[in-house]
Amino acid sequence: MRFDFDDEQAEIKETAKQFLASRFKPEVVRELAEGDRYDDALWSEVSELGWPGIAIAEEHGGQGLGMVELAVLCEELGFACAPLPFLANAAAGILVEGAGSDAQKERYLPGIASGAGRGAIGDGSVVLDAEGAEVVVVLGDGGASVLPAGEASLESLDLIDQTRRYSRLASGDGDGLEGDVAAARDKVMVAVAAELVGIGQRAMDMAVEYAKEREQFGRPIGAYQGVSHACAKMLYDVEEARSLTYAAAWAADAEPESLPLAAAMAKARASEAAWDVCKSSIQVHGGIGFTWEHDLHFLLKRARADAQLFGTAGRQKERVAALSGLG
Amino acid sequence: MDLTLNESEAAFRDEVRAWLEENHPGPEPHGDEAAFAFRREWQRKMHEGGWAGIHWPKDFGGRGATLIEQAIFSSEMARADAPSPANILGLVMGGPVIMAHGTDEQKERWLEPILSAEEIWCQGFSEPESGSDLASLKTRAVKADGGWKVTGQKVWTTFAHESKWCMLVARTNTEAEKHKGLTYFICDMEQDAVEVRPLVQITGESEFNEVFFEEAFIPDENLVGGEGNGWMVAITTLMNERAGLGGGAAVAVSRDLGALIEVVKEKGLEDDPEIRTRIADLLIGAEALRLGGMRAMTAQMKTGIPGPEGSIGKWEWASLNQSLTELACDLLGPEGLERGTPWTYRMLRSRANSIEGGTTEVMKNIIAERVLGLPRLR
Repeated sequence: MRFDFDDEQAEIKETAKQFLASRFKPEVVRELAEGDRYDDALWSEVSELGWPGIAIAEEHGGQGLGMVELAVLCEELGFACAPLPFLANAAAGILVEGAGSDAQKERYLPGIASGAGRGAIGDGSVVLDAEGAEVVVVLGDGGASVLPAGEASLESLDLIDQTRRYSRLASGDGDGLEGDVAAARDKVMVAVAAELVGIGQRAMDMAVEYAKEREQFGRPIGAYQGVSHACAKMLYDVEEARSLTYAAAWAADAEPESLPLAAAMAKARASEAAWDVCKSSIQVHGGIGFTWEHDLHFLLKRARADAQLFGTAGRQKERVAALSGLG
Repeated sequence: MDLTLNESEAAFRDEVRAWLEENHPGPEPHGDEAAFAFRREWQRKMHEGGWAGIHWPKDFGGRGATLIEQAIFSSEMARADAPSPANILGLVMGGPVIMAHGTDEQKERWLEPILSAEEIWCQGFSEPESGSDLASLKTRAVKADGGWKVTGQKVWTTFAHESKWCMLVARTNTEAEKHKGLTYFICDMEQDAVEVRPLVQITGESEFNEVFFEEAFIPDENLVGGEGNGWMVAITTLMNERAGLGGGAAVAVSRDLGALIEVVKEKGLEDDPEIRTRIADLLIGAEALRLGGMRAMTAQMKTGIPGPEGSIGKWEWASLNQSLTELACDLLGPEGLERGTPWTYRMLRSRANSIEGGTTEVMKNIIAERVLGLPRLR
């Protein structure tokens, strides 16, 4: 029994953190988000590092690592609040690899793994990162289909989260993914949960830093328990979400039979945790945290979007109850 | 990352499970005294099986189990709903403190009777005016011929009425800073100068007491860790208490959740969306507690000491246990108001969970100051 990263995973995390901190400085995130755009050069750079294919098998051009490694990257991308089409591409890869036919895998996975032929993912209402993608995976009730992006009719959506591109699938029929869609979908939820953990960690770090610096009544506000206990609750939330998310990522690779419950728990807890931490962080910051000028709102809005993607906390709790003896 | 037990850990679990199946003493009798005698007998049996001092080194009569084995043991105890050993404070706090800070003579004198439950231990830390602010305590120890004379009052002293020995922190120097004037003693409770008065809890039972010391005598050889070092010695004890509380807590919560789900079904409420959500929240919290314990244990294996992150687990456990028992009583209707039923007892008893062993507010302070590095209020 050992619940932490091995040396290689720890190194991936550290490298990703440093790389993202240098590329996605707050002013870069802001510039891209306010312009509603991505920087293709940054996606190329990330692709050269092999990130898009981290969890895709080597035979399809990926690195052949697992969900734990993918979750590590998602967490750091959430921490950086990076405007990158990473999550949708990884999710599309998980669906095609996990539930696609050999022909579908051969057709789509190499592009997804290299980052040159990106994947997008969505459902009847919202599709994530379809702009510029090669292929769109559409999740339906219990099933999923895949279609070349050129055959899909998409309308852009103007959502509060400006760090990513969203659209609506107006029309387009895909080929069904005939394999185990449910398991693949659970893995995608784990990836989103991991991103939420990173978002929560960042919002907490910002609150703690501010609480140490900002003085009122002659003391740093972090010395007052009204503020320090709010920060302690942030750690409680983030660490619970983190434990559940890492465990679900581990289960996806090592104990697939426990993935459905683990993934539902992780997505439910991470959705609530990231949102609670972001809103509490704004509260700790006071008025400045409510301004457009401050960076917190990018995290808050992305947390809101992630919490809804692939099933809200409420939906996941319903699954938890159903899987735990309440039928 | 590996969240499963390896072969030797699984074998150890099977060994514990088999022993518990064979030796489980059955349900605890009603009444404080009968229950205590029952737990005393149970500890004797555990000691014979070599389990009482599972976390103690072999040199001191323990099993020398690894951290993982200790966690497995606590989990199996909770899974089997086995009673706690009677001398829990001696096992978890008294013994480890003597092993860490005691002299050879003290180890020789005290350790074995702790394991066998022949001598019960209690903890004299809190006072009426010193709860969370322990270092402000006022009980005085004054030098006397061949020892010390202690005068003062302790409170919330669990099992004092059954105890032979009390881990007593008293002020030996009123001139020094408040943390530095304290000394750690082991006080004999069997003397006229010590008076124990039981406190009746909101459950109607008496687990703890007020203890009055009126020039109680403590010989020099019962001082632990040196004069003026009481704070440092006491802190070791408290960390052990929190580590000790952690082990089986997650499994106990899961076990009670299983029972709660049965109540939901009996009442035909399994389709009620509100109840499903509340149950799901508890299940998620219980799993987070279990996993957080595994992460903390992995970290402790690396660093050797329990970290302040353990404070999250204490807080989680208290909050879960309280929500769980409240939901059970909600579901039971009038039966959930009836005196003396298992769920109403647990619901009332759980109010202490966010107070005993460090209040939730103190846990938040520890997290804020020692994990997040926020400035101290004081």
